[in-house]
Amino acid sequence: MAETTEETEVVPLVDHVREELLGTLTSHLGDAIVASHIKPGDELWIRVTTEGWAEVADVLRNRLNFLFFDFVSAIDWLPSPYGREMDAQVDTIVAAANGEALDAKPPEEMVQGYAGGDTRFQVFGRVLNVVDMLGLIIKADVPDTLVVPSWIAHYPGANWHEREVHEMYGISFDGNADMRNLYLPGDFEGYPLRKDFPLLARRVKPWPGIVDVEGMPGDDADDEADDTDAAEGDA
Amino acid sequence: MISSVLAVELAYWQQTTLRVIGGLVAILLPAGGLVYVYLFKMMSFMQSRLGPMEAGPYGSMQLLAEVGKFLQKEDIIPTKADRFVFLGAPFVVLLSTFLLLLVVPFGPDAWFVDLDTGIYFAMAVSSISVIGILMAGWGSSSKYSLLGGIRAAGQLIAYELPMILAVLGVVIQAGTLNMNEIVFAQANGEIFGWGGIGNPYIITQFVGFMLFLVAIQAELTQPPFDMPVAESELVAGYMTEYSGLRFLLFFIGEFATAGVFSAIAAVLFLGGWYVPFLAPEHNLYNVLGPLVLMAKIFGVAGLIFWFRFTYPRFREDQLQRLAWKFLIPIALVNIVATGVLKVVF
Amino acid sequence: MTATTGANERDQLAYIAAKAADSRVNVELETEGMTLNIGPQHPATHGTLRIVARLDGEQVISADPVMGYMHRGYEKLTEVRTYPQVTTLINRIDWLGSFANEVPFILAAEKLMEVEAPPRAKWIRTILFEMSRIANNLLGLGDMAAQLGAVTPVFYAFRDREYVLNQVEAVTGGRFHPNFDRIGGLKDDIPAGWIASTKDSMVKMREAADELESLVFGNEIFTARTRGIGIIPAEVALEYGMSGANLRGSGVDWDLRRDAPEGMAYNEADWKVWTHPDGDSYARAWVRLQEMREGTYIVDQLLDSLPSGPVMAKVPRIIKVPEGEAFVETENPLGVMGYYIVSKGDLVPFRVKIRSASFNNIAVVPWVLKGVYVPDIISILASLYFILGDIDR
Repeated sequence: MAETTEETEVVPLVDHVREELLGTLTSHLGDAIVASHIKPGDELWIRVTTEGWAEVADVLRNRLNFLFFDFVSAIDWLPSPYGREMDAQVDTIVAAANGEALDAKPPEEMVQGYAGGDTRFQVFGRVLNVVDMLGLIIKADVPDTLVVPSWIAHYPGANWHEREVHEMYGISFDGNADMRNLYLPGDFEGYPLRKDFPLLARRVKPWPGIVDVEGMPGDDADDEADDTDAAEGDA
Repeated sequence: MISSVLAVELAYWQQTTLRVIGGLVAILLPAGGLVYVYLFKMMSFMQSRLGPMEAGPYGSMQLLAEVGKFLQKEDIIPTKADRFVFLGAPFVVLLSTFLLLLVVPFGPDAWFVDLDTGIYFAMAVSSISVIGILMAGWGSSSKYSLLGGIRAAGQLIAYELPMILAVLGVVIQAGTLNMNEIVFAQANGEIFGWGGIGNPYIITQFVGFMLFLVAIQAELTQPPFDMPVAESELVAGYMTEYSGLRFLLFFIGEFATAGVFSAIAAVLFLGGWYVPFLAPEHNLYNVLGPLVLMAKIFGVAGLIFWFRFTYPRFREDQLQRLAWKFLIPIALVNIVATGVLKVVF
Repeated sequence: MTATTGANERDQLAYIAAKAADSRVNVELETEGMTLNIGPQHPATHGTLRIVARLDGEQVISADPVMGYMHRGYEKLTEVRTYPQVTTLINRIDWLGSFANEVPFILAAEKLMEVEAPPRAKWIRTILFEMSRIANNLLGLGDMAAQLGAVTPVFYAFRDREYVLNQVEAVTGGRFHPNFDRIGGLKDDIPAGWIASTKDSMVKMREAADELESLVFGNEIFTARTRGIGIIPAEVALEYGMSGANLRGSGVDWDLRRDAPEGMAYNEADWKVWTHPDGDSYARAWVRLQEMREGTYIVDQLLDSLPSGPVMAKVPRIIKVPEGEAFVETENPLGVMGYYIVSKGDLVPFRVKIRSASFNNIAVVPWVLKGVYVPDIISILASLYFILGDIDR
């Protein structure tokens, strides 16, 4: 994302700019940084402790000149108990062919993405230094109390993002008093973006787009067969 | 005048009927004409579209369709509205328009009332519409209407002053308040001793004419001074809660007032029913006069609507600043200059 | 640019006005405040944005945008659609610049799959991207004039936008929702004769820009209504995450087209990033106009240098994206739009965070509307230029 043109010409295996940034951050934050991940020439991910979530914003905004606030959001790492919501039909066919029961599929494990993690929920955000065109993604685990510190003292623009996270995931932000619903009706129950929140449209009606019908250019034959193969291999 | 049409003596009730019909024609004909020619067609051509084309030849019957549409609509009265005030407001606005028309001369012998204080009367009754608009704004019990009504009140009062001051220049030059005599004064006037085209006051009172145009633009609450109805801010301002017939009345009132104000501007600055090279005493004016005046009305209204379709809108405080800091001082200077020149020449 | 573009006098005045409106609530006169609900049904909110404004007379004490009347839950819906199906959805985010919506998502997926579109696809992508910017900015400017009470320019904007939309339609088959971008390239090549007709339409767009400039920007009332109104200092714009013409109107020289051109062909054209130091409504609209004109030059140059070759790279028939996370943002017509894709190696994304431009651009509204007058609410909102679908997603 944030590379300059020289970097694209020779993709470095070691991204010195981001290594340096990580070093600077570590010197400022110390133990608050739990883990990090660098994709050379692309992006830096760091994971901070829950307590360090506000501190890292403070350091980035006030000391390192990361003035541009990009976004704050959250992620639910729980594997969806409903599969892809489109499994229903495919799985029935496959399961019937193999003589298996539908529920026999073993539950997937919860695997956190880059920079790891220990909890089901993580908040993540991105800030940017527009002078150097350098951004980074900050992640933090969300404890079971579902409360993390707020960013609004350092990035006022985070307010709406935190409100959105609150209504979609039920995560509260300590220091942001304005936790009204942003999108949903005031009396809405449940947290829609959690993985265990069912997408009702898919419950009541089979998904017509389950078969990707569009043929590739020069690939007009055996579309049906391809799709079935893929679906079987996938299931 | 009407008492002896075609040398026939008419009874009082016949005169009254004729006056009512004449009044309605004098209000509705320019109003309808302005809506069709300017709102429907000129605006459409300016915006590179055709406007109404289906109803009648070249869409000329569209107006009837619109009126029919408005008449069919439900007359909605908001629950919390102040009923009496809400219902009466459109009529007060229309009343002001009709009263304005009273003193406009259509020919040397064609007028409704020949008041010696004609222009003074016109300026006075034009402010009645403020009351109607305030009534609408208050009676609707809607915040948009209220804001629109208050804005309109502030604006109309602020622009009354430059309008009257602009008219004063003409009055000083003509030496009369009677509107028909103002026409005669222009018709018999001379430009440095040459009386060929009379002396339409637009030449000597050009500043006054411009001030008057700006002021009537504001009085009509048309862009760039349409804050009271500002449709992108206040939905429709004081008209927000009106529907059906009552909205139609406001609508007619708006365009009829545009027509009447254009008529007054034509009388004051363009020589009214007079055309050059035809002596004002000529008998032909009994027929020609109203037509000439109508043509001049459309000319002035063309300017008004041209501004309307071109300009964005001022903000309320900018409007007040324009009135008090620019228009009124200029008008005062104009009056002083006119007075001095009147004494000198 | 220095990130804190100096607290010049104007910035300070804006700060002071905001602070004064905070403290000066009805101390002089014991008047009663009024709460004005602007929207969700209102002529000026293009869609269903609602602004709850607390007024003291005509002055705004506080303004709070309320949205969600059109929330469609795209972040949830993307989790149950395959990658090619997602582009259909995200077309509808910013419906006036819909091709531009697809691009960052496709680029993020390409990054995860480590495929690269062939040069010709990159070129056409960039051309269509700029064309959606031209159409979008043109309509935005016409609309801004309409919000300020000038009824005529918006019709010119609608009329001239057709030239661009017709060209987009000729390539993609869709005027508003092309759904044309694919992982690894484009659905089709451009039709025959398209280059010449596009150049003609770009000439017309430049004429439209000139016309708009003289009609709107040359108008004293427009200037009086926008100059010095709704000043957003660079620092505030950055910390609220404003982007696009709104940020450049505050004097921040930052454009992802120049600063992060991966996957696009912007480096191949000679063009300029326009900024304006004032940060007021006029500056934002002015930058938008310049970007529209600059866009026509970019399109012209790219059409001249269009390379030959295929428009589609080799990608598997069934698109499975390897496990990983990627974030790509591009400089869309409304501002920076980004997609954060988390993939679990499946046919569908595990999580897609949509970072849309208008959401951040409008977040500044409570700050900037403090102390302004009611008419300025409308002009400031129009100058920020948002699409409701881009806020609600």
